[in-house]
Amino acid sequence: MNEFGLLTVFSFGPGGWGPAMFKAAAMTIAVALTGFVFGAMVGALGAWAKIAGGRITRGIADGYTTVLRGIPDLLVIYLFYFGSSAVLTPIGRMFGATGFLSLPGFLAGALAIGIVSGAYHTEVFRGAYRSVSRGEIEAAVAIGMSRALVFRRIIVPLSLRFALPGLGNVWQLVLKESALISVTGLVEILRQAQIGAGSTRQPFTFFLAAAILYLVISSVSGWTLQRAEQRFTRGLRRV
Amino acid sequence: MDFPFLCQTLLTLLPGVPLTLKLALSSVVLGVFLALLLALARLSGIRPLAWISRVYVFVFRSTPLLVQIFLIYYGLGQFPALRHSVLWPILREPYWCAVIALTLNTAAYGSEIIRGGLQSVPAGQIEAARACGMSRFQVFRRIVLPLAIRQALPGYGNEVILMVKATALASVITLMEVTGLAAKLISETYRAIEVFIVAGAIYLIINFVITRIIQALEHWLTPHLRSAPAPAVVEQGGPA
Repeated sequence: MNEFGLLTVFSFGPGGWGPAMFKAAAMTIAVALTGFVFGAMVGALGAWAKIAGGRITRGIADGYTTVLRGIPDLLVIYLFYFGSSAVLTPIGRMFGATGFLSLPGFLAGALAIGIVSGAYHTEVFRGAYRSVSRGEIEAAVAIGMSRALVFRRIIVPLSLRFALPGLGNVWQLVLKESALISVTGLVEILRQAQIGAGSTRQPFTFFLAAAILYLVISSVSGWTLQRAEQRFTRGLRRV
Repeated sequence: MDFPFLCQTLLTLLPGVPLTLKLALSSVVLGVFLALLLALARLSGIRPLAWISRVYVFVFRSTPLLVQIFLIYYGLGQFPALRHSVLWPILREPYWCAVIALTLNTAAYGSEIIRGGLQSVPAGQIEAARACGMSRFQVFRRIVLPLAIRQALPGYGNEVILMVKATALASVITLMEVTGLAAKLISETYRAIEVFIVAGAIYLIINFVITRIIQALEHWLTPHLRSAPAPAVVEQGGPA
């Protein structure tokens, strides 16, 4: 690289960008995890609506997954970031606040990612539920378990096992989507790279560093998920 | 709902549709060729080639597209040699940077879809073609590729939809396609919800049409899976 070496730019000493980049990486993981968990909750609700709901709830859930998988995620992030002020400002007025109110970037971003990934979560959970065999549920009912107990003891553990690979894919998607939150100004990896690129005039160096950070996070989480999958499918007979 | 505003929003956003389609179409078309090359390299059995293809796919699939766009649009300017080369007039344009980034990105995902298609061709078919005396190239052109395309088409349809969605990121590097116009309109009017509804509807319609086209293509390519037409005349009588 130009006059500085890569190591000097990202050093941990004074003037180095190392600590800032690592803090930004932590922020990326935090916002992605929050979005993922929120998405899982939305997805559980969506899967329940699709499996057990009546015509109307099923229709709503179908509409939700179709729409959210058909429009760009960036639009959803804009909706939450800018749209929140349209909703919050009048509410703020009622309580005597003046000026514009909007969700902080972290919350708006995590909510947007959650709503988008919820559509994928819905399909993952629905598929996993389908793979729990009827017989196991019937056996649990025959033993006298209540519906809640069947759900907690039989359906959740068994379907999570099948859902794990799908959840891994959704997580990778969420991680990459979290880069879009940089448009709201939240200082995660990509935003921090933009700041560094602007002040050192070394855009390639900084965006390359950002790419490497994403690569490392996704590789480590991919490897962890693979281990988890091996662990939770110990009881399965492989044919 | 404020219908006059919705109509006005639609009129503001529609001029962005051609750019969205142009970005998606050019990157998908260019991407298919690169994807096919990558898939062939991966399956070639030549170690270094397979390895290059594997690393390419890994890198492009595990980093966000936005980072790739920034690396190409902002990053390449860091190198004076490149700024003074013949390539600079192309790399200076946000449009071409977006097309390059989208193409490189879709090629990584596409190559895995094509690889799945190529690997799904039954060995017996290839053996039969070899036994007929076809050359390796002939086998590829007449047997493997057509069968692989048929197999890979549904997966590739999804990738095309993802590409249409991905063109929205071009708005971040100043391109005024649908999302770019929507973001501009939101910042001018502060009416995010209405603008979102109209922009979302535009994308949904585009994707709906593309899904239908892919389905029609699939129907056309798989005559053997269609139910047979009802027999016109049923012969009566005993064995001849």
